[in-house]
Amino acid sequence: MNGINDFTEIQTEAAKNLLYRLADDQLILGHRNSECTGLGPILEEDIAFSSMAQDKLGHSQALYQLLHNMGEKDPDTIAFTRKVNEYKCCHLVEYPIGEYDFSLMRHFLFDMSEAIRFNMLSSSSFEPLAKIARKFKGELKYHTMHAVTWINQLGTGSGESPFRIQKSLDVCFPLALGIFEPSKYEETLISEKIFFGEKALQEKWLEAVIPVLKNAGLVIPDIENVTAAYGGREGIHTEYLKPLIDEMTEVYKIDTGAEW
Amino acid sequence: MNEKNKYKIDENTVREKLQEVMDPEIPKLSVVDLGVITGIQIDDENNVSITMTPTFAGCPAVEYMKNDIVEKLSALKAGVVKVDVNYDVQWNSNMITDRGREMLKESGFALPGKHNGLVQIELLQNVECPFCGSKQTDLRSTFGPTQCRAIHYCNNCLQSFEQFKPV
Repeated sequence: MNGINDFTEIQTEAAKNLLYRLADDQLILGHRNSECTGLGPILEEDIAFSSMAQDKLGHSQALYQLLHNMGEKDPDTIAFTRKVNEYKCCHLVEYPIGEYDFSLMRHFLFDMSEAIRFNMLSSSSFEPLAKIARKFKGELKYHTMHAVTWINQLGTGSGESPFRIQKSLDVCFPLALGIFEPSKYEETLISEKIFFGEKALQEKWLEAVIPVLKNAGLVIPDIENVTAAYGGREGIHTEYLKPLIDEMTEVYKIDTGAEW
Repeated sequence: MNEKNKYKIDENTVREKLQEVMDPEIPKLSVVDLGVITGIQIDDENNVSITMTPTFAGCPAVEYMKNDIVEKLSALKAGVVKVDVNYDVQWNSNMITDRGREMLKESGFALPGKHNGLVQIELLQNVECPFCGSKQTDLRSTFGPTQCRAIHYCNNCLQSFEQFKPV
C-alpha cells in the first residue's frame, strides 16, 4: 500500500492526472445535474437529480482535497481558478442538460462507469484514493439503481418514450466512450496498481450497460463504427464548457472570500 | 504543581459531551449515535483531537457539526480542540448505535436495514412504516429531502414517510 509520500515523481504525476480527471468530471456533471433542479418531469426526479448533484460535488471536493494533500492548491482554488484548457473532464459531462431523456441517458452511462471505476479503485495500491473509493461506492449504488430503473421504464414504455431514449443513447454513446480516453500515464497507473486502466474499465462498462440497454429494448450502437469523443482529458473541450465555468465561477471572481 | 490534582479530561467525558452535538437535520440524534465519530485523542495538556467521517461525501451538515463539536468540547475546559474530517474509516448505516436507531424512530424515520456491506434493492422494499408499523409499503424514490433519506408510501395508513437510507 502506498501513501502520498511513497511515490516517485512519475507516480505522483500519474496519480494527480487521474485525480484531476475524476474530480473535474464530478464537478462539471454535478453542476449540470444541479441545473435540473426545478425542471424535473416529476417532483421525485427533480429531487433525485438535485441529490445526485450534491453527491457529485461532494465527490469532487474529496478528490480536490486529496490533490491538495499532494501539494496542489486548495480545493476552491483548483475548482474555480483554472483556465478552461486545464480542466480534464470528458465531453459527455460538458453538454447542456437538454431534455430529460438526454440527462437521464448521460446519468446512466456515466454513473455505471463511475460505479465500476470506484469499485476498481477501492483496491488501489494508492491507499488514500482507495479509502475515498470505498466511500463513494456505497453512494453510487443509489445512482445506478435509479438510472437502471428509469432506463428500463422509458425503454419499455409506450408512446414516444422508447424513441426518445433510443435517440439519446445514439447521441450519448460516442460521448460516453470519451470517458475512457487513455492518458500517457496508463502504463504507470497499471504497473503500480494505482488503477487498472481505462481500457479495462471500458470493457467492464460495456459488459454492464449492454444487458440493461438490451433489456429495455434498445438497439446498441455499433461500437466499431462509432468515433469516441476524445480530447477532454487533454484539455480540448466542447464549446459548452467555457460558458459553464464562467457561470460557475461568477461569484468567486467577484469576491474570492465570499461565504455562504 | 501537585500532579494528583491536575485536571485531566478522559475519553468518556468527551464522548458524553459529544452526545450534546446533534445532527442539525435530526436534532434528537447525536454525532456519537450517528456513528460518525471515529477517533478521540486527548494529550497531557488536555488538547482534544476528534476524528470524524462524513455520512455522505457531500453532506452540508459536516461543517456545522464540526464547529459545534469545537464549541461543546471547549466548555470542558479542554485545551485546543481539533476536528479532522477524513475517510480513514468509511461510514455506513450499520454504524448507527441502537440508541441512534431508537432516536431515528422517535423522529419519525423508518430505519435502515442492517446489511453485510452490500445494499441490495430488497433492503428498500416493504420497509416498516414508522407511523403504523405496516410493511405494506412501496418505495417511491431512493432520493429524498437530504442525501441520507429515501421516500416511501404506506398503503395501510396512506401516508408518505422517509427512511434513513441503508448505505
